[in-house]
Amino acid sequence: MTAGNRLAPALLIVAAGMFLAAPFVIDTAPYESTMGLVQRIFYFHVPNAVLMILTSTLCGVASAIYIVGRRPVADYVALSAAELTVVLGVIVLLTGPLWARKSWGVWWAWEPRLTSTLIMWLVFSSYLLLRRFGGAGSELLAAAVGIFGAVLSPFVYWSVNMWRTLHPTTSVLPTLPGPMAGPVIWCSVAFVLLYVAVILLRVRLESARTTLERAWLLLEED
Amino acid sequence: MRKLTSAMRGVAGIVLTTMMSVALAAQTAPPGQDGFKAATAEDLAAGQEHLPATPFVFWAYGIVWLVLAIYVLSLWRRIAKTEREVAALRAKLEVRP
Repeated sequence: MTAGNRLAPALLIVAAGMFLAAPFVIDTAPYESTMGLVQRIFYFHVPNAVLMILTSTLCGVASAIYIVGRRPVADYVALSAAELTVVLGVIVLLTGPLWARKSWGVWWAWEPRLTSTLIMWLVFSSYLLLRRFGGAGSELLAAAVGIFGAVLSPFVYWSVNMWRTLHPTTSVLPTLPGPMAGPVIWCSVAFVLLYVAVILLRVRLESARTTLERAWLLLEED
Repeated sequence: MRKLTSAMRGVAGIVLTTMMSVALAAQTAPPGQDGFKAATAEDLAAGQEHLPATPFVFWAYGIVWLVLAIYVLSLWRRIAKTEREVAALRAKLEVRP
């Protein structure tokens, strides 16, 4: 068992503990003045959304490296990041409407942040479909899709500042009052630990799959 | 052929989900800013105070935990299965003369 293989379960255990303790940590934060209790979705929704945007960027960078250098590790990282973007996107696109229904009175609004997030999620879902069903050589085409998806991430992030939207702007996080900052930091650390563990595990899976394919080829050649 | 059918099913699922969300959003989208209307006593009575926040927070936290748990477990199972197959194949290759 390599150090990387030992690190992932350890990170997962710490992250799981932090997630279980999170509601108690969040409970120490005061209620937000206009939204009240429902604003507590923020403590899970925002770190998750930030990681989704960062993961999509990681996929784009790894895809570019793969296109230029054809390094298999870059392809493994790109695929892992794309899968994680879709998973985190599911959470963002489900927790967001729950918050919106109470705060805005609607489940969904076609405003820039929500729409661009949905489009980005669809692009990365296309990446995964392409990898799953595209056949031989699809990794190059998927890498191009990964770059397109990553190009969307700055638009998703700054959409709330560029256009007038219902969604809170990016200034919310840096100007957060002290008692609310602690729980956000707690949840962010939990998400980052989980994120690192999952990326390590996903890369390990892809590496094992490649070994398996090579072993089959060796067996057929003999 | 089987792979193609699965792919078509996947694409159809995504298209259907997107169409359903468009239809849902069309039903629930806020009215455009064409004009203002004074709130009546009934409007105020039917305000958001009647919508308790607890279920929304409960569902949001539940979704986060559930999605992450399902994903990590599925990842773990996929790794275990692939590594078992690799080990079996390696053993087969070593046994061959």
